[in-house]
Amino acid sequence: MTLQGKVAIVTGGSRGIGKEIALTLVRAGAAVAINYHREAGAAEEVLKKIEEEKGKGLLVQADVTVLAECEKMVRTTLDHFGRIDILVNNAGIRRDTLLALMKEDDWDIVLDTNLKGMFNCCKAVLKPLLKQKSGGRIINISSIAGLVGNSGQTNYAAAKGGVIAFTKSLAKELGKRAITVNAIAPGFIETEMTEDLPAAVKEKVLSHVALERYGKPEEVAEVVLFLAQGAGYLTGTVLSIDGGLSL
Amino acid sequence: MDLEIFDKVKTMISEQLDVEEERIDRKTTFEDIDADSLDVVELVMALEEEFNLEIADEEVEKIKTIGDIVSYIEKAIS
Repeated sequence: MTLQGKVAIVTGGSRGIGKEIALTLVRAGAAVAINYHREAGAAEEVLKKIEEEKGKGLLVQADVTVLAECEKMVRTTLDHFGRIDILVNNAGIRRDTLLALMKEDDWDIVLDTNLKGMFNCCKAVLKPLLKQKSGGRIINISSIAGLVGNSGQTNYAAAKGGVIAFTKSLAKELGKRAITVNAIAPGFIETEMTEDLPAAVKEKVLSHVALERYGKPEEVAEVVLFLAQGAGYLTGTVLSIDGGLSL
Repeated sequence: MDLEIFDKVKTMISEQLDVEEERIDRKTTFEDIDADSLDVVELVMALEEEFNLEIADEEVEKIKTIGDIVSYIEKAIS
Protein backbone atom coordinates (compact mmCIF):
# COMPACT_ATOMS: atom_id res chain seq x y z
CA MET A 1 0.00 0.00 0.00
CA THR A 2 2.58 2.50 -1.15
CA LEU A 3 0.09 5.32 -1.70
CA GLN A 4 -1.39 5.13 1.79
CA GLY A 5 -2.33 8.63 2.95
CA LYS A 6 -2.03 10.10 -0.56
CA VAL A 7 -4.89 11.72 -2.42
CA ALA A 8 -5.34 11.66 -6.19
CA ILE A 9 -7.72 13.22 -8.69
CA VAL A 10 -8.32 11.30 -11.90
CA THR A 11 -10.22 13.18 -14.60
CA GLY A 12 -12.42 11.19 -16.93
CA GLY A 13 -12.33 8.39 -14.39
CA SER A 14 -15.67 6.74 -15.08
CA ARG A 15 -14.62 4.69 -18.10
CA GLY A 16 -11.77 3.27 -20.12
CA ILE A 17 -8.19 4.05 -19.14
CA GLY A 18 -9.27 6.59 -16.48
CA LYS A 19 -11.41 4.03 -14.66
CA GLU A 20 -8.51 1.58 -14.57
CA ILE A 21 -6.15 4.29 -13.33
CA ALA A 22 -8.56 5.20 -10.52
CA LEU A 23 -8.96 1.56 -9.44
CA THR A 24 -5.20 0.96 -9.56
CA LEU A 25 -4.41 4.00 -7.41
CA VAL A 26 -7.11 3.04 -4.89
CA ARG A 27 -5.72 -0.51 -4.67
CA ALA A 28 -2.30 1.02 -3.92
CA GLY A 29 -3.85 2.77 -0.92
CA ALA A 30 -4.66 6.23 -2.31
CA ALA A 31 -7.92 8.06 -1.74
CA VAL A 32 -9.14 8.92 -5.23
CA ALA A 33 -11.50 11.64 -6.43
CA ILE A 34 -13.00 10.34 -9.64
CA ASN A 35 -14.06 13.08 -11.99
CA TYR A 36 -16.73 12.48 -14.61
CA HIS A 37 -18.71 14.78 -16.86
CA ARG A 38 -21.89 13.11 -18.10
CA GLU A 39 -21.46 9.41 -17.31
CA ALA A 40 -22.95 9.46 -13.81
CA GLY A 41 -24.07 5.84 -14.06
CA ALA A 42 -20.65 4.57 -15.08
CA ALA A 43 -19.01 6.66 -12.35
CA GLU A 44 -21.36 5.17 -9.74
CA GLU A 45 -20.28 1.71 -10.88
CA VAL A 46 -16.62 2.59 -10.35
CA LEU A 47 -17.34 3.96 -6.88
CA LYS A 48 -19.35 0.86 -6.03
CA LYS A 49 -16.44 -1.34 -7.02
CA ILE A 50 -14.06 0.76 -4.92
CA GLU A 51 -16.34 0.53 -1.90
CA GLU A 52 -16.70 -3.24 -2.33
CA GLU A 53 -12.93 -3.45 -2.18
CA LYS A 54 -12.95 -1.23 0.95
CA GLY A 55 -11.06 1.53 -0.87
CA LYS A 56 -11.49 5.26 -0.58
CA GLY A 57 -13.25 6.97 -3.48
CA LEU A 58 -15.26 10.08 -4.18
CA LEU A 59 -17.20 11.11 -7.27
CA VAL A 60 -16.78 14.69 -8.48
CA GLN A 61 -18.80 15.86 -11.43
CA ALA A 62 -17.12 18.59 -13.48
CA ASP A 63 -16.75 19.71 -17.07
CA VAL A 64 -12.97 20.04 -17.40
CA THR A 65 -13.36 22.62 -20.15
CA VAL A 66 -14.61 25.11 -17.52
CA LEU A 67 -11.99 26.44 -15.08
CA ALA A 68 -14.53 27.30 -12.37
CA GLU A 69 -15.78 23.69 -12.39
CA CYS A 70 -12.22 22.38 -12.05
CA GLU A 71 -11.61 24.71 -9.12
CA LYS A 72 -14.78 23.44 -7.49
CA MET A 73 -13.66 19.85 -8.11
CA VAL A 74 -10.36 20.52 -6.31
CA ARG A 75 -12.13 22.27 -3.41
CA THR A 76 -14.51 19.34 -3.02
CA THR A 77 -11.59 16.93 -3.00
CA LEU A 78 -9.75 18.99 -0.37
CA ASP A 79 -12.88 19.27 1.77
CA HIS A 80 -13.36 15.55 1.62
CA PHE A 81 -9.83 14.14 1.81
CA GLY A 82 -7.90 17.08 3.30
CA ARG A 83 -5.05 17.17 0.80
CA ILE A 84 -4.03 16.52 -2.78
CA ASP A 85 -0.87 14.79 -4.00
CA ILE A 86 -1.52 13.41 -7.47
CA LEU A 87 -3.39 14.75 -10.49
CA VAL A 88 -3.99 12.50 -13.46
CA ASN A 89 -5.26 14.44 -16.47
CA ASN A 90 -6.97 11.72 -18.40
CA ALA A 91 -10.27 13.23 -19.61
CA GLY A 92 -10.31 13.17 -23.38
CA ILE A 93 -12.50 12.79 -26.43
CA ARG A 94 -12.04 12.10 -30.14
CA ARG A 95 -13.84 13.62 -33.15
CA ASP A 96 -11.94 11.92 -35.96
CA THR A 97 -12.31 13.03 -39.53
CA LEU A 98 -10.11 14.24 -42.34
CA LEU A 99 -9.24 17.90 -42.08
CA ALA A 100 -11.07 18.46 -45.37
CA LEU A 101 -14.27 17.37 -43.65
CA MET A 102 -13.58 18.62 -40.14
CA LYS A 103 -15.98 21.13 -38.67
CA GLU A 104 -14.76 24.02 -36.59
CA ASP A 105 -16.71 22.57 -33.70
CA ASP A 106 -14.80 19.25 -34.00
CA TRP A 107 -11.58 21.18 -33.55
CA ASP A 108 -12.82 23.34 -30.67
CA ILE A 109 -14.36 20.60 -28.54
CA VAL A 110 -11.32 18.32 -28.88
CA LEU A 111 -8.83 21.09 -28.07
CA ASP A 112 -11.02 22.37 -25.22
CA THR A 113 -11.39 18.98 -23.59
CA ASN A 114 -7.99 17.40 -24.20
CA LEU A 115 -5.73 20.45 -23.93
CA LYS A 116 -7.52 23.28 -22.15
CA GLY A 117 -9.04 20.75 -19.75
CA MET A 118 -5.53 19.81 -18.65
CA PHE A 119 -4.59 23.48 -18.24
CA ASN A 120 -7.70 24.07 -16.13
CA CYS A 121 -7.07 21.11 -13.83
CA CYS A 122 -3.36 21.89 -13.39
CA LYS A 123 -4.19 25.52 -12.65
CA ALA A 124 -6.82 24.54 -10.09
CA VAL A 125 -4.56 22.08 -8.30
CA LEU A 126 -1.37 24.12 -8.36
CA LYS A 127 -1.81 26.47 -5.40
CA PRO A 128 -3.01 23.76 -3.02
CA LEU A 129 -0.03 21.62 -4.09
CA LEU A 130 2.44 24.46 -3.51
CA LYS A 131 0.87 25.30 -0.15
CA GLN A 132 1.36 21.77 1.11
CA LYS A 133 5.08 22.01 0.41
CA SER A 134 5.35 18.27 0.04
CA GLY A 135 5.94 17.89 -3.69
CA GLY A 136 3.46 16.17 -5.94
CA ARG A 137 2.80 14.27 -9.11
CA ILE A 138 1.08 15.52 -12.25
CA ILE A 139 0.55 12.84 -14.86
CA ASN A 140 -0.89 13.83 -18.23
CA ILE A 141 -2.32 11.31 -20.63
CA SER A 142 -1.17 12.18 -24.13
CA SER A 143 -1.29 9.77 -27.06
CA ILE A 144 0.88 8.21 -29.71
CA ALA A 145 -0.99 10.56 -32.07
CA GLY A 146 0.66 13.48 -30.28
CA LEU A 147 4.09 12.04 -31.09
CA VAL A 148 3.79 10.69 -34.60
CA GLY A 149 0.50 12.15 -35.86
CA ASN A 150 -2.39 10.25 -37.32
CA SER A 151 -4.50 10.68 -40.42
CA GLY A 152 -8.00 11.78 -39.45
CA GLN A 153 -6.83 13.13 -36.11
CA THR A 154 -5.40 16.60 -36.78
CA ASN A 155 -7.46 17.95 -33.88
CA TYR A 156 -6.70 15.10 -31.47
CA ALA A 157 -3.01 14.94 -32.43
CA ALA A 158 -2.63 18.71 -32.04
CA ALA A 159 -4.19 18.57 -28.58
CA LYS A 160 -2.11 15.56 -27.50
CA GLY A 161 1.08 17.10 -28.90
CA GLY A 162 0.19 20.21 -26.94
CA VAL A 163 -0.14 18.07 -23.81
CA ILE A 164 3.49 16.96 -24.28
CA ALA A 165 4.85 20.50 -24.74
CA PHE A 166 2.79 21.71 -21.77
CA THR A 167 4.14 18.83 -19.67
CA LYS A 168 7.75 19.74 -20.42
CA SER A 169 7.22 23.43 -19.65
CA LEU A 170 5.38 22.81 -16.39
CA ALA A 171 8.03 20.28 -15.35
CA LYS A 172 10.59 23.09 -15.64
CA GLU A 173 8.40 25.49 -13.64
CA LEU A 174 7.72 23.13 -10.77
CA GLY A 175 10.88 21.06 -10.56
CA LYS A 176 12.31 23.11 -7.71
CA ARG A 177 9.27 22.27 -5.60
CA ALA A 178 9.63 18.54 -6.13
CA ILE A 179 6.47 18.39 -8.19
CA THR A 180 7.10 16.14 -11.16
CA VAL A 181 5.13 16.46 -14.37
CA ASN A 182 5.17 13.63 -16.87
CA ALA A 183 3.16 12.49 -19.86
CA ILE A 184 2.12 9.05 -20.97
CA ALA A 185 1.50 8.33 -24.63
CA PRO A 186 -0.67 5.23 -24.99
CA GLY A 187 -0.83 3.48 -28.33
CA PHE A 188 -3.80 1.33 -29.29
CA ILE A 189 -5.52 0.45 -26.01
CA GLU A 190 -8.71 -1.63 -25.94
CA THR A 191 -11.38 0.75 -24.61
CA GLU A 192 -14.78 2.06 -25.66
CA MET A 193 -12.91 4.87 -27.35
CA THR A 194 -11.19 2.50 -29.75
CA GLU A 195 -13.78 -0.26 -30.13
CA ASP A 196 -15.86 1.69 -32.63
CA LEU A 197 -13.00 2.02 -35.11
CA PRO A 198 -13.49 0.18 -38.43
CA ALA A 199 -12.09 -3.37 -38.46
CA ALA A 200 -9.80 -2.53 -41.37
CA VAL A 201 -8.22 0.29 -39.39
CA LYS A 202 -7.71 -1.97 -36.38
CA GLU A 203 -6.06 -4.65 -38.54
CA LYS A 204 -3.73 -2.13 -40.10
CA VAL A 205 -2.72 -0.68 -36.74
CA LEU A 206 -2.10 -4.11 -35.28
CA SER A 207 0.29 -5.02 -38.09
CA HIS A 208 2.61 -2.26 -36.83
CA VAL A 209 2.54 -3.21 -33.15
CA ALA A 210 5.77 -5.01 -32.24
CA LEU A 211 4.03 -6.94 -29.46
CA GLU A 212 1.31 -8.00 -31.96
CA ARG A 213 -1.61 -7.22 -29.67
CA TYR A 214 -3.57 -4.25 -28.39
CA GLY A 215 -2.79 -2.81 -24.99
CA LYS A 216 -5.04 -3.15 -21.95
CA PRO A 217 -6.12 -0.17 -19.81
CA GLU A 218 -4.45 -1.92 -16.85
CA GLU A 219 -1.13 -1.71 -18.67
CA VAL A 220 -1.43 2.07 -18.87
CA ALA A 221 -2.61 2.25 -15.26
CA GLU A 222 0.43 0.40 -13.96
CA VAL A 223 2.72 3.00 -15.53
CA VAL A 224 0.64 5.77 -13.92
CA LEU A 225 1.11 3.95 -10.61
CA PHE A 226 4.85 3.78 -11.20
CA LEU A 227 4.94 7.57 -11.70
CA ALA A 228 2.53 8.26 -8.83
CA GLN A 229 4.32 6.27 -6.15
CA GLY A 230 7.95 7.01 -6.86
CA ALA A 231 10.02 7.85 -9.91
CA GLY A 232 11.17 10.98 -8.08
CA TYR A 233 13.94 11.83 -10.54
CA LEU A 234 11.73 11.47 -13.61
CA THR A 235 10.14 14.67 -14.87
CA GLY A 236 9.18 16.23 -18.19
CA THR A 237 9.29 12.91 -19.98
CA VAL A 238 6.87 11.12 -22.27
CA LEU A 239 6.49 7.41 -21.68
CA SER A 240 5.15 5.56 -24.71
CA ILE A 241 2.93 2.66 -23.72
CA ASP A 242 2.26 1.36 -27.20
CA GLY A 243 3.66 -2.14 -27.56
CA GLY A 244 6.22 -0.77 -29.98
CA LEU A 245 3.71 0.88 -32.33
CA SER A 246 5.75 4.08 -32.57
CA LEU A 247 9.00 2.28 -33.45
CA MET B 1 -0.37 50.63 10.72
CA ASP B 2 2.14 51.00 7.88
CA LEU B 3 4.98 49.76 9.95
CA GLU B 4 2.96 46.87 11.28
CA ILE B 5 2.18 45.56 7.82
CA PHE B 6 5.74 46.09 6.65
CA ASP B 7 7.14 44.30 9.69
CA LYS B 8 4.78 41.41 9.23
CA VAL B 9 5.67 41.09 5.54
CA LYS B 10 9.35 41.36 6.37
CA THR B 11 9.11 38.56 8.92
CA MET B 12 7.22 36.35 6.52
CA ILE B 13 9.70 36.93 3.71
CA SER B 14 12.57 36.29 6.04
CA GLU B 15 11.08 32.99 7.17
CA GLN B 16 9.78 31.80 3.85
CA LEU B 17 12.80 32.71 1.74
CA ASP B 18 15.46 32.31 4.40
CA VAL B 19 16.76 35.88 4.19
CA GLU B 20 18.02 37.97 7.15
CA GLU B 21 15.50 40.70 8.04
CA GLU B 22 18.27 43.31 7.90
CA ARG B 23 18.51 42.75 4.14
CA ILE B 24 14.89 43.72 3.61
CA ASP B 25 13.50 47.24 3.20
CA ARG B 26 10.74 48.69 1.04
CA LYS B 27 13.06 49.24 -1.91
CA THR B 28 14.46 45.72 -1.85
CA THR B 29 13.63 43.88 -5.06
CA PHE B 30 12.96 40.18 -5.12
CA GLU B 31 15.99 39.86 -7.33
CA ASP B 32 18.10 41.37 -4.53
CA ILE B 33 17.14 38.53 -2.25
CA ASP B 34 17.42 35.85 -4.96
CA ALA B 35 13.69 35.18 -5.08
CA ASP B 36 12.32 33.98 -8.41
CA SER B 37 8.80 34.35 -9.73
CA LEU B 38 7.62 31.09 -8.19
CA ASP B 39 8.91 32.30 -4.80
CA VAL B 40 6.84 35.47 -5.28
CA VAL B 41 3.74 33.44 -6.15
CA GLU B 42 4.17 31.36 -2.99
CA LEU B 43 4.81 34.44 -0.87
CA VAL B 44 1.65 36.06 -2.23
CA MET B 45 -0.31 32.89 -1.35
CA ALA B 46 0.97 33.10 2.23
CA LEU B 47 0.22 36.82 2.47
CA GLU B 48 -3.29 36.27 1.14
CA GLU B 49 -3.88 33.86 3.96
CA GLU B 50 -2.25 36.04 6.62
CA PHE B 51 -4.11 39.21 5.69
CA ASN B 52 -7.25 37.47 4.50
CA LEU B 53 -7.33 39.11 1.10
CA GLU B 54 -6.96 38.12 -2.52
CA ILE B 55 -4.30 39.49 -4.83
CA ALA B 56 -5.23 39.20 -8.51
CA ASP B 57 -2.79 37.37 -10.81
CA GLU B 58 -2.34 40.56 -12.89
CA GLU B 59 -1.22 42.39 -9.75
CA VAL B 60 1.23 39.65 -8.81
CA GLU B 61 2.94 40.06 -12.18
CA LYS B 62 3.54 43.77 -11.42
CA ILE B 63 5.25 43.14 -8.08
CA LYS B 64 8.94 44.03 -8.21
CA THR B 65 9.84 45.24 -4.71
CA ILE B 66 8.82 44.46 -1.16
CA GLY B 67 7.32 47.96 -1.09
CA ASP B 68 5.00 47.04 -3.99
CA ILE B 69 3.51 44.20 -1.96
CA VAL B 70 3.23 46.28 1.21
CA SER B 71 1.49 49.14 -0.64
CA TYR B 72 -0.91 46.71 -2.25
CA ILE B 73 -1.84 45.20 1.10
CA GLU B 74 -2.19 48.65 2.71
CA LYS B 75 -4.58 49.75 -0.03
CA ALA B 76 -6.56 46.53 0.09
CA ILE B 77 -7.00 46.64 3.85
CA SER B 78 -7.83 50.34 4.26
